[in-house]
Amino acid sequence: MENKTINQENENVVVFEKVTVRFGTHTALEDISLEIKKGLFITVVGPNGGGKTTFLKLILGLLEPTLGEVKVFGEKPLKNLTQAIGYVPQIKTFDRSFPALPIELVATGLTGNWIGILSKEQKRLALEALEQVGATNLAKKPLGKLSGGELQRIFLARSIIRKPRLLLLDEPASGIDVAGEMDFNNILEEYKKRQNATIIMITHDWESAYHHSDYVLLLNRVKICYDEPKKAFSEKWLRIAFGHLGHAHEMIFGVKNND
Amino acid sequence: MIDMLSMTFMQRALIAGLLVGFLGSYFGVFIVQRKMSFMGDGLAHAAFGGIALGLLLETEPMWIAVPFTLIISIGITLIRDKTSLEMDTSIGIFFALSVALGIIFISLRKHYTTDAFTYMFGSILSVNTSDLIISSIIVVISIVLSFKFWRKWAYATFDPELAKADKLNTKFDDYLLSALISISIVISIKLVGIVLIASFLVIPAASARLLSSTFFKMTILSVIFGLISSLVGLFLSYFLDLPSGATIILIQAIIFFIAMSLKK
Repeated sequence: MENKTINQENENVVVFEKVTVRFGTHTALEDISLEIKKGLFITVVGPNGGGKTTFLKLILGLLEPTLGEVKVFGEKPLKNLTQAIGYVPQIKTFDRSFPALPIELVATGLTGNWIGILSKEQKRLALEALEQVGATNLAKKPLGKLSGGELQRIFLARSIIRKPRLLLLDEPASGIDVAGEMDFNNILEEYKKRQNATIIMITHDWESAYHHSDYVLLLNRVKICYDEPKKAFSEKWLRIAFGHLGHAHEMIFGVKNND
Repeated sequence: MIDMLSMTFMQRALIAGLLVGFLGSYFGVFIVQRKMSFMGDGLAHAAFGGIALGLLLETEPMWIAVPFTLIISIGITLIRDKTSLEMDTSIGIFFALSVALGIIFISLRKHYTTDAFTYMFGSILSVNTSDLIISSIIVVISIVLSFKFWRKWAYATFDPELAKADKLNTKFDDYLLSALISISIVISIKLVGIVLIASFLVIPAASARLLSSTFFKMTILSVIFGLISSLVGLFLSYFLDLPSGATIILIQAIIFFIAMSLKK
């Protein structure tokens, strides 16, 4: 597999050194080494069960590697990094019947905890974050009544309220229509430019990954490729990662897929 | 009314009613939002095993039932964490085991008393001073912990993964919550009864959920409903000479249907 590391800027935001993760006898990730530089938009692409979420959990400090070492901003990502990292989870996993208003959810990004009654300052900051994602009008709409796209914006506002230097997103496009996804990606790119932030996003949408990311990490338990989108989405690497080219390859390159 | 309030047993029952009304409705919001209603039922039946052992040993049953139920609640959570079994399966196993033990303990008693009936359906006559002391201690501990842990429990109730990502120790918080729920169930049993305890925990919180846009409002409303229903239920129980658990649940159900109609 390719182990080339691309250096665009000097500062390493995330470093994986020979990282292996095992759950009992199952190996989720094996011997992953890579450096992610500051200010890049990285998409993580791979088949289901390929270790994408495990990769993200290692950066979040929710998992520890069985072998090797993970460093985020030069530290082990176990403590004291919550201010520097913003996280957008998969929206399909949480309970929409929970009684909460979007403004409350966004404010949890400030405290890393639920808040009973918001202070004036917390309200102001939450509204400011909602404005950045174009969702001020949703501040007091019950969570259960939000669409997938609206909800994802709320989670994005929550994750950027502390202006983190590293933003992690786990399949944010799932359940969003095409127009909503384009808006979402534009908001991300704008945030990256404004804060010089690093963004790492898991996605199944190859086309979006191709157009929006600076680098693509192809994962299938091992690191298949970490390169610019044009090279990462080449026939060679896609066949190794997925065993086929898929329709997106045809859409991206306009080449007839004969699989 | 004044006559009733001057009676020692009624004073004890009313104080106990307020205490368990607070506990049940406070922890009920977490039970409802975490979809743990079956756990309330399971732990009440676990308490039955402990109470039966206490009766067999001819000691104060609550002193046996509290640690007995705590061990069962830890067992339920451990099985969920350490095996691939779902929580309801784990509860089902301990539920049956505790009831079986309870039946065996009661059958081993040499003389029959009506104690077991009291514990099944609740009675205002059964509350003694030691129950009040235990309840008061638990309520004070819960109030103190609720200031510290309400936010953590609320966050983990909303989304445990998100809470973990923010470095909350959700495992410890969950065990603490389960332990406090177990103790609250045991101390509510004398007034409410084993059969009705799960509803006692769930109905005020469910009513509050119907009328609340935020989890904080839901918690406050649930506690208000819990206190009102316990007090009104106990008064009715006294005047109509009915089991206290059933009358409290009846008032809770009326509040629930009013909340439903207001929601419409």
